[in-house]
Amino acid sequence: MRYVEEFRDPVAAKALIARIAEVTDEIGATKESPVRMMEICGGHTHAIFRYGLDRLVHEGIEFIHGPGCPVCVLPMGRVDEAVEIAEKPGVIFTSFGDAMRVPGTKKSLLQAKAEGADIRTVYSPLDALELARRHPDREVVFFGLGFETTTPSTALTIQQAAREGVENFSIFCNHITVPPPIKALLDDPHMLLDGFIGPGHVSMVIGVHPYDFISDEYGKPITVAGFEPTDLLQSVLMVLEQIRDGRAEVENQYGRVVPEHGNPVSLAAIADVYEERPSFAWRGLGEIDRSGLSIREKYAKWDAEARFGIGYGAARAREVAEPEGTECAAVMTGKIKPTGCPMFGTQCSPETPMGALMVSSEGACAAYYQYGGRRSPEAAE
Amino acid sequence: MCLGIPGQIVEITDTDRMTAMADVSGVKREVNVACIAETDPAELVGRWALIHVGFAMALIDEDEAAATLKALEHLGEAQETLEQIREGAEALS
Repeated sequence: MRYVEEFRDPVAAKALIARIAEVTDEIGATKESPVRMMEICGGHTHAIFRYGLDRLVHEGIEFIHGPGCPVCVLPMGRVDEAVEIAEKPGVIFTSFGDAMRVPGTKKSLLQAKAEGADIRTVYSPLDALELARRHPDREVVFFGLGFETTTPSTALTIQQAAREGVENFSIFCNHITVPPPIKALLDDPHMLLDGFIGPGHVSMVIGVHPYDFISDEYGKPITVAGFEPTDLLQSVLMVLEQIRDGRAEVENQYGRVVPEHGNPVSLAAIADVYEERPSFAWRGLGEIDRSGLSIREKYAKWDAEARFGIGYGAARAREVAEPEGTECAAVMTGKIKPTGCPMFGTQCSPETPMGALMVSSEGACAAYYQYGGRRSPEAAE
Repeated sequence: MCLGIPGQIVEITDTDRMTAMADVSGVKREVNVACIAETDPAELVGRWALIHVGFAMALIDEDEAAATLKALEHLGEAQETLEQIREGAEALS
């Protein structure tokens, strides 16, 4: 139990691990026939590996790493479009640091910057808006990325730009939503999942009810979890107890941060600024219905797609395959572990990533690389 | 990106823009408080919040802030976020 002593409450953690083992035995799950539990959020994936939770819990539990890492699911075509905007004369292109090294078909934003494009890493879309105020002669574009956790930040920033009349500012919107890919995974006959660890900070924004379909329509349990190791262990236990009892409910382990109905100001801003796209492409998962957001017509001035004529339709027309030889899609859908990819740790590493799963600390490949693989490096199936 | 970082609201800087100065592990950073200001933003001074990409998204208590920060430090995320805040300041220059 090498990491347990670092936990906020090691005694509680050990008790939870013991309880998890008991319930796993009661279910009858084994290493050969495990309970397959998907942690949806990339932050949870990172925490599971950092604390070695996958090794601490009963071997009858298998964690399947979900699609909740925004830069990992961004299609290469969208990176190409970001580069295309960034290389236009007069543009200052701004991005979270995470997205800078994600490979496009020709280059990453970092490479484009090295070649002379004015691309700046910012912490917040507010920094990008401030750049626009300070450089009225330049076009400042922010690379809008992320799930519901970060969507309110760009919505509120667009509202602020509109109120002030800052018109040399726009957002290249690639925001995506959590429930549709979960539905797509549940509809995949090759994807056998027994329960879910729900994303804590996405739920802080949207509340817990958007997951009702998981229990109501698919009969699977889900527990929304916090990010401390004891939060995760407790959530694993809650999912296991549901499975043992034959229940399928949406439970909230992270009530200290996640309100049942989410954050009303955030939800109002999202609804005002964004609308659902008919579909959006996910790296590894393909097109998923109603899984992406675009900027509403009334805010078209602040929509980089409208401003630079880079439409999502155009992106689909030149949809591009993943880097040759990589198994990003199979890893993304939990069909193989990162170590099952022939490029893992050789041609593809965090320093020279070929696929996006190796770029972000939230990506399953980067987590495997940094903290070592699980007890079973072979394919999951 | 999804983990956020705890910060303490130390001063309201602009009530029109709903911005406040937050102390994030000793680093001062202006943040938007629209999502946590139920009434008068001045009441937020001294409170702790979870901050995501420059937006205070949820009020938390001081113990929760300390525990969250410790967990983020173990993950290397706290250091990374502070670096991003510094980079954000540099990008404006």
